[in-house]
Order: sequence, then C-alpha cells, then structure tokens
Amino acid sequence: MSSLLAVRGLAVAVGGRTVVRGLDLELAAGERLAILGRNGAGKTTLLHTLAGLRPPAAGRIDLCGAALAQTPPRLVAQLRGVLLQQQVDAFPASVLETALIGRHPWLKRWAWESAADARIARAALAAVDLAGFAARDVQTLSGGERQRLAIATLLTQQPRLALLDEPLSHLDLNHQIAALQLLARTAQETGTALVMVMHDPGLAARYCDRALLVHGDGRVESGSAADMLTAERLSALYQHPLRMVEADGQRCFLPL
Amino acid sequence: MPSRRRALLLLAALTALALASLVAALLAGSYAVAPGEVWAALTGAGQDTAGAVVSGLRLPRALAAFACGGLLALAGALMQVLLRNPLADPYVLGISGGAAVGALLAMLAGLALALINLFAFAGAFAAMLLVFGLARGDGSWTQTRLLLTGVIVAAGCSAVVALILSVAPEHQLRSMLFWLMGDLSHAGTPWPALLVLALGLAAALPLSRDLNLLARGDLIARTLGVRVRGLRGAVYVLASLLTAVAVTTAGSVGFVGLVVPHLVRLAVGNDQRVLLPAAALAGGSLLVIADTLARTLVAPQQLPVGVLTALLGVPVFLYLLSRQTKGSTP
Repeated sequence: MSSLLAVRGLAVAVGGRTVVRGLDLELAAGERLAILGRNGAGKTTLLHTLAGLRPPAAGRIDLCGAALAQTPPRLVAQLRGVLLQQQVDAFPASVLETALIGRHPWLKRWAWESAADARIARAALAAVDLAGFAARDVQTLSGGERQRLAIATLLTQQPRLALLDEPLSHLDLNHQIAALQLLARTAQETGTALVMVMHDPGLAARYCDRALLVHGDGRVESGSAADMLTAERLSALYQHPLRMVEADGQRCFLPL
Repeated sequence: MPSRRRALLLLAALTALALASLVAALLAGSYAVAPGEVWAALTGAGQDTAGAVVSGLRLPRALAAFACGGLLALAGALMQVLLRNPLADPYVLGISGGAAVGALLAMLAGLALALINLFAFAGAFAAMLLVFGLARGDGSWTQTRLLLTGVIVAAGCSAVVALILSVAPEHQLRSMLFWLMGDLSHAGTPWPALLVLALGLAAALPLSRDLNLLARGDLIARTLGVRVRGLRGAVYVLASLLTAVAVTTAGSVGFVGLVVPHLVRLAVGNDQRVLLPAAALAGGSLLVIADTLARTLVAPQQLPVGVLTALLGVPVFLYLLSRQTKGSTP
C-alpha cells in the first residue's frame, strides 16, 4: 500500500524567507507525526502547504498517490481534513450545523445532509464531549468548546489524512488528553494519518510516533519520535536549555 | 439547519404572503376596484376603467415593486456572505452610487426616461467594474480590501451626486430627489426585472451550499473543497448585476437589502439554500406593501417608497443590532 502523503524536495517560503528547504516525507495510514518549532518558524505555513492551501516554493506533494496540485479541490477535501488555528464565526449557526459542514465534500450539489450524515456529526460531537450542545449557537461557545467543535467538524469530514494546527489550543488539561486520546484512537481504528503542530514535546512524545522539527531557517529534521524528541535536539530547536525527565515510562521536558 | 421539508413549508408560506401582497396592491388605491373586477381584469375579460386601472397601472407597478424588492434582498444576502459582514447591503460597494451619478446626469441633460434608465445601468456597471478592478489589483482580493474599495467609490459617487444636485435647475430637483430616495411611479414594464430576479435565483441556488461555507471564512471553505476565488468573483458579479437592475428600475430604495436578509435569518437560520429564495420572496412582498402604502397613505400625493422602507427598516434594524450586541457579550 502506497503512502497517504509523499513529499519530495519540498521548499516553503513565506514573506520572501525560505522556512523549509529540501523536506522529504512519507506518511502511511495510521501514522502520527508531530511538527514542532518556535513561534514563526513556519509550522502553520508548512501545514497549509501540505494541505494544498498554498503552493510550495519548490518540490512535489502527492496525496494518496496523485499530485496534490492537480487533484480537484472536492476530491482533496474527501482525502485530507484541516483543523485551522483559529475559528471565526461571523454569523450565528448551531453547533450541529457547524459539525455538519464536514460532510460538504461528500454531498452532491443538490443533496441535503441525510440522517446518516447527522448521525456521523452527532457521534463526533459526543466524542469531543459536546453531546448536549447540538442546538447551541456557535457564537455563545467558550474558546475551548469552540476548539472541540472544530475537532468534531474534522472527524465528521472523515478524511484519511488529518492536518491539525495546534489541536490543543484553548483546551484545559483533561480535554487536552481526551482530544489526543480520541485522535490516537481514530488513527488506530480507521487508519487516519495525523499531522499535528504541537507545542508540548512531552505530549508529542506520548501520542505521536514521528516528529518533524522546523528550525525556521530552512533546516528541518525528521525521524522517529524517540530519536527526535531528546533534550539535546529540543534545546537546539527552541534555543533554550531543556532537561528530559522520565517518569512511569513517559518523557517530560523541563525548561531550565 | 432546517430540514428540506421545513424549508419547503416556509417557502410555500412566503409565496402565499407574496401573492397576498400583490392582491392587496391591486385592490388598494384612490379608484375603488372590487375583487371581482380585479379577477376580470387579470383574466382579460374586463375592458372598463377598472380593468385599465388594474392591468394597466397597478399590476405593472406591483410587479416592478416585487421584482425590485426581491432583487435587493437577494443581492443583500449575497453581499453579506461575500463580505462576511452582517452589516453589508447591496449599496455598500458603490453600485447604487454609480447608478445615481448616471441617472442624475441623464436627468440634468433632460433625457427621456428610457435613457435615464440606460444611464443608471451604465453608471452601476462602471462602478462595479471599477471596484472589481481596483480590489483585485494585487490579486489578494480580501474582504477588507473589497469593502474599503467599494466604500471609497461610493463616497466618490455621493460627492458627484451632491455636485449635480447643487448645479441642477430648481424644477429638476424634485424628480432627482425622488430617484435618490427610490420611487416606483416611473418604473415602466416590470418584466425585465422579474426575469433577472428569476435568473439570479437560478444562478445562486446551485452555489448555496458553497456559500454556506464561504460565510464561515475563505480558509475553512477551501479546506472543505470550495473553489473560493471563482465563487467570490461569481457572487460579486451576480450581486452587482442584481443591484444594478433594481436601482435602474426604482432608484436606490433603502433598507430592503439590509434588513430583509436579517429578518429571514432570524426566522430560518443562515442556511443559504433556504435564506436566498426566502429573502427574495420576503423582500418582494415587503416592497409591494411599502409601495402600496406609499401611493395610498396621502393620496393623491405619492411618497417615494424608499422613505417608507427606511421608516419601516430603521427601527427593525436598530432592534436587531441591540439584540446582536447583547448576544455577543460573553
């Protein structure tokens, strides 16, 4: 089985500055990749490039064996989903309606969301602990609730590759773990591949099997989470000394 | 999201409202007409004065009012999605300003009614191309850039309108002011506007689920497979053309395009598949009712219909606005 995402010689530039150079990457079904780097290093730009939302400066991206740039947008949306960094709602809409927009790529032009679509959306809402919120207006949700709704929308889309930009932002501690467990379970059960921009290397080590370090000057390092997430590499990445502590088999990184 | 069944029920109810408003418009007026005579006139049987009043005067005017109201409400709903701004209306991007400059220039030159309409349409079209060209200049084509460009062009147009008004001879001022406020007494044949309304709906409805996503933001729409760039261009051209036809028919009637989409959104939510046809029906009905009031309230004197829609629209809109600010505070 070929890889879901294949990247060859990718370069990403933003504002005339090359933030990623010569990136090669293969991601197979069920794999979980964490992207780490300092603020402004180009993590979001890289994620958007992988999602096909902006063209790469150089290189080639294949999604499910076909060139991403040549795949029709609707088909791309059936294959890959994106959790954006910010959720902005200009108009009122119910929570269920908002989750249901994830079905858009699967519906024919004149089709309305079916009962089956609503079941998928309700199951996703229940999975992120928003079961009782279906009729609530999105504009009345708290930041954390809105973030969980965005995760539910992504699950409702049922993509084979999920690209998540800071999936834990606004979430309290228990919901951070719940969200990561839910995503890991989804990856395991459905074979969805995950790419997550993360800020906590400890959580990345715990929930991802691979890691990509983005230095912001064009250099990238990628490998297994165990190899990448070490005190030495992370201290260099964040340009701040870190110490690794192991407890109950989990890695933890303390800034000194 | 309303179910398809509920959506159809709602549209049926609004269709009934539209028909009722049209019947009321045919019955009301200084020349008393019995319901039986209205029926005779519509079926072509009556050849008397009542028949002439109904089918020659009231019917074309009521249909023109319906078409204009529907065009403005539909264009307003589209603009609000395009600019992702609940406060946008069909005039915010300068279309009506361009039409006003064209129409007033034609009036100043003493041209005939048909030429005034032609000039109005040309002015609206010129404003549309100008805003389109300038807003797309660097290819970014963002909401803010589009809105700013439109507002500036609109401001330029109102300056030219003020200039024309200040140099226009006394006897032309009244008809110019009526045009600026919106007036259906010189509407002419309603069929072109009705046709454009039908075509506009037919063009917008297949895009309506894409528009639902566009209303949530360019980026989220793109992640879900919407071709945002082409869609926004199409919506801009469509909304502008609808507005241009409406102002060509009746001048710049205010508030229909702003308030009606809001009222409908309160009733049915923001699903464009329901909102767009519902706004067209509700906007048409509102303008028919407003125009009937405009020509009967102080008959034989006629009021410009734009004054009435504004008088009805301002309190409703202020109410909506205060409700919205309450809702958005955490």
